[in-house]
Amino acid sequence: MYAFTYHKAESVADAAAKVASADDGVLMAGGMTLLPTMKQRLAQPSDVVDLGGVASLAGISVTAETVSIGAMTTHDAVANSAEVKQAIPALASLASSIGDPMVRNRGTIGGSIANNDPAADYPGAVLGLGATVVTDKRSIPGDDFFQGMFETALEPGEIIQRIDFPIPKKAAYVKFPNPASRYAIVGVMAAETASGVRVAVTGAGPCAFRETAMETALAGNFSPSALDGVTVSPDGLNADIHASAVYRAHLIGVMAKRAVAACG
Amino acid sequence: MATVSMTINGKQVTGDVEGRTLLVDFLREDQRLTGTHVGCDTSQCGACTVHVDGKAVKSCTMLALQADGAAVTTIEGLADGDVLHPMQEAFREHHGLQCGFCTPGMIMSATALAARNAAPTEADVRHHLEGNLCRCTGYHNIVKAVMAGARAMQA
Repeated sequence: MYAFTYHKAESVADAAAKVASADDGVLMAGGMTLLPTMKQRLAQPSDVVDLGGVASLAGISVTAETVSIGAMTTHDAVANSAEVKQAIPALASLASSIGDPMVRNRGTIGGSIANNDPAADYPGAVLGLGATVVTDKRSIPGDDFFQGMFETALEPGEIIQRIDFPIPKKAAYVKFPNPASRYAIVGVMAAETASGVRVAVTGAGPCAFRETAMETALAGNFSPSALDGVTVSPDGLNADIHASAVYRAHLIGVMAKRAVAACG
Repeated sequence: MATVSMTINGKQVTGDVEGRTLLVDFLREDQRLTGTHVGCDTSQCGACTVHVDGKAVKSCTMLALQADGAAVTTIEGLADGDVLHPMQEAFREHHGLQCGFCTPGMIMSATALAARNAAPTEADVRHHLEGNLCRCTGYHNIVKAVMAGARAMQA
């Protein structure tokens, strides 16, 4: 790892000021992606601003309509929250499937979506449940947040404070994990929400996206058989040593049917 | 250089570290606590697992400065003098190690599981150990040891 100056942020405003005054500063949440990236010398920030001490960014609150999760809330905290399990079991289940126990004890929801790894799980939940990303500057609809591979709507130095998930009528997340890393080769969140059916896919493309043909097919008949005959094009999908684009396109159909079936 | 202070195995320690100093390097090089191992150095193998404020973490993927003010427990902190911790004793009893390199991380991960689940099933243990790799592939006895160790920790 190249040398850098470490800063511990006291508050969101302090973090924003510290990252703004650095030559090439980065914000660090749990560090589960940033630190390995820096160890491989794929990133060389001059300054690292650690959000780990900002207590106001961690925590879960649930109302009748919304589950709000602070950006620095760990995957383990979401996976084991009785309130999340009750309100949106698919979200707790998704969190419990990320990485391994040690990664879940450090990794955070804010770090995950700010990084926007194409194979990360949480982007599927933000899109699939129609969440809103609340930053220190504004509220960003989930539909506008993920813009490309590792690209988001966040401005430089903008800090995610929390993610608000509207509680769906029903939802389920099913993924085909890479057996070594547990990253999604393909993950699908299917949900029936107050504003309609949503089907979001992660792992398959440059970033998470909605599969609108499936949403239309499910709108009148929310059952796995409604997806018979809905084909997914492999154009633009990821291909790597784990799965070809054609295989990922096939998996989207299979995972989507399983997710709809799991909604019960 | 910056000053870092933490409690390691009940003892208050202070040291000077760079921003980039990893927790595992502070433990091994500064504190000479070499029971915590570096296997892959890429957050996958879990040989570097320690507890920070009671939670199992990979100490190769955490900066020493992130642990400032924390309570850290390493494999050296488990035994009571010459008396092995019940999980260590279970690994000895069930031959839960072959070369022994992954063992400190396995045991630190296993004690975290046992703290949350007093009677883990074989499936629970195998699922929990997803972040700990044994290159000898000696998982069968490791799983037996963790199940026995978790029961022994309740005694």
